[in-house]
Amino acid sequence: MKTMGIRLAVVLGLILAAQALAAQEQRVPSAWTPATPSAQGQPRGYVEYQKFCSQCHGQGVGKPGTLALADKYKGEKPALLEKRTDLTPEIVKIFVRNGISVMPFFRKTEISDADLDAIAAYLTRNNKKP
Amino acid sequence: MRIPPGVSSKDFSSALQEFEAAVGKPWVFTSDEDLDLYRDSYSPVWNEDEEPIPSAAVAPDGVEQVQAIVRTANKYKIPLWTISTGKNLGYGGSAPRLRGSVVLDLKRMNRVLEINEKNHYALLEPGVSYFDLYQYIHERQLNVWIDPPDPGWGSPVGNSLERGGGYTPMHDHFDAVCGLEVVLPSGEVMRTGMGALPGAKTWQQYKYGFGPHVTPIFSQSSLGIVTKMGIWLLPPPEAYLSGTVMVWKHHDLIPLVEIFAELQDSGIIRGTTSFASPFWLGPPNPELDSLRASGSVKPLEDYAERKKIPYWSLPLPFYGPAKVVAAQWEYAKEKFSSIPGVTFQDGPSHRFPLGAEELAKIPDTVPLGIPSLHIFSLLPPGSQGHIGFSPILPMSGEALLEAMTVFDRVHSELGAGRAALVVLTSFPRALVIIDLFPVERNVERNRKTREIYRRLIKEAAAHGWGEYRTHTTFMGDISNTYSFNNHVLRRFHETIKDAVDPNGILSPGKCGIWPKHLREEKA
Repeated sequence: MKTMGIRLAVVLGLILAAQALAAQEQRVPSAWTPATPSAQGQPRGYVEYQKFCSQCHGQGVGKPGTLALADKYKGEKPALLEKRTDLTPEIVKIFVRNGISVMPFFRKTEISDADLDAIAAYLTRNNKKP
Repeated sequence: MRIPPGVSSKDFSSALQEFEAAVGKPWVFTSDEDLDLYRDSYSPVWNEDEEPIPSAAVAPDGVEQVQAIVRTANKYKIPLWTISTGKNLGYGGSAPRLRGSVVLDLKRMNRVLEINEKNHYALLEPGVSYFDLYQYIHERQLNVWIDPPDPGWGSPVGNSLERGGGYTPMHDHFDAVCGLEVVLPSGEVMRTGMGALPGAKTWQQYKYGFGPHVTPIFSQSSLGIVTKMGIWLLPPPEAYLSGTVMVWKHHDLIPLVEIFAELQDSGIIRGTTSFASPFWLGPPNPELDSLRASGSVKPLEDYAERKKIPYWSLPLPFYGPAKVVAAQWEYAKEKFSSIPGVTFQDGPSHRFPLGAEELAKIPDTVPLGIPSLHIFSLLPPGSQGHIGFSPILPMSGEALLEAMTVFDRVHSELGAGRAALVVLTSFPRALVIIDLFPVERNVERNRKTREIYRRLIKEAAAHGWGEYRTHTTFMGDISNTYSFNNHVLRRFHETIKDAVDPNGILSPGKCGIWPKHLREEKA
């Protein structure tokens, strides 16, 4: 969708009534997360995740990545990537560099290889150690 | 190694070495793996011969580095294609128009250089995203609003120069531009407007400077590389109020648009809105579409009345002091009350600043000046992208009715059902109608989409409707329709292009304007 800012709500608003319901369920009382929280005291992977991923994969209403994963997994796995414990660094990197569905691939001027390593480490931090 | 057209491998290697010397080796990309990231993720020509894959990408971190790259490009006649954040998805993304161009990726130039809270403007580099800018303002609690387009990952500089639109009273993005710094094809740095006066104190406060006003020729343009841009911001309004006007007969659209136009042109409605109808706009619906088979509007009007679903509806956004927006909504209701049977519904209202809890409940924050990616959640699961055909229409119900009929006929004749249309009021005194197409990683389906798209271009032009902006794939087609007096406008553009960019190094093919050495081949 474009940067022009075409409001597709009118066209597509009726399409995904089911997703709208999912959005209701996703509502959380926590504060809206600003685009990039302060870097102070946070690991690099967290900061980069907030900067490049959370607008789509964060918690709260209107987060298309989270909604899409809720639709895909239907409760079998957490819709929030930050709550997953089964991701591998490799799979995180594959999705960021190849994209999926409407998620485009990200260039290295946006997310450098080092930033991507940090994001992958952040998203796999809760995995069980082998 | 991929090589730009018409450039020897020896010259290209020399150019790459000079690019590396200018920006540092890590910021010159030549491997297939890295260059694949510069393909257009929403390409309607994905994996086809005409897909414009670049030969390299180079990412400077400052104006001097841009100048050095341009001088090298001139020396070896390397075509450069400039991107800001590279998120112009639906219009080409980060991919060039000409296959083999070197992408000049300005994402690293991401500094917010100034925000002025008293005169409400910013001076930005092109790599700043709407998210970045909002974050910068939010962290410092500055007294300004930005106007994001639907997806917030794009660049205010790039979007404004592409003449995009948003939703708040600053919704006409190019109209908010005030003063540019441009690296010219010669490598010289020029400042437009008051910026041409050394030590000017009003570069971002007065657009025109002295003499011919050239800022607009750098929009949708290949005449320079914008390295800084002034943009006017909005003082945060006290309140937002919305209300919806609903009318019930087919031809009520005509007074609905007419009254809206008067309110908008009077400054009473200052934000962007969109018209809605279950029969004519939005996603196709087989049940409702079948009601149109008779060619009469009577079954549609009967359905609307029976189901209590308005035939046309128009949500109105109001921004300003709480007392004023309430009065504006009351006044608007008075005006629309001249349409028999009209009904009204109050919509969401907010006072600013929003509390965190209130904010967390608003799915779509874009009309409130907060960038988001919410719009993507409205796409069907499995979508892979989209493009839109988006001509400018007169601000009239008659024009809208005619356009909807024409678009539907073209879709139907080409076996594509009914068009999925959106109508926006993003620009003053005109409507934008958008016909949305999915793009897929499927050659045959994309070919069909292109066939319909190109037919629409011709039909629309025959009715006097031209696109405001388009995907790189269709830039030549659209340019061909702006043909008054034997294409004098394009010939004028070409005269300027040849004069300021004699080697044709900047964004060849942008908006159908090719440099001299490619003109015959690409015509």
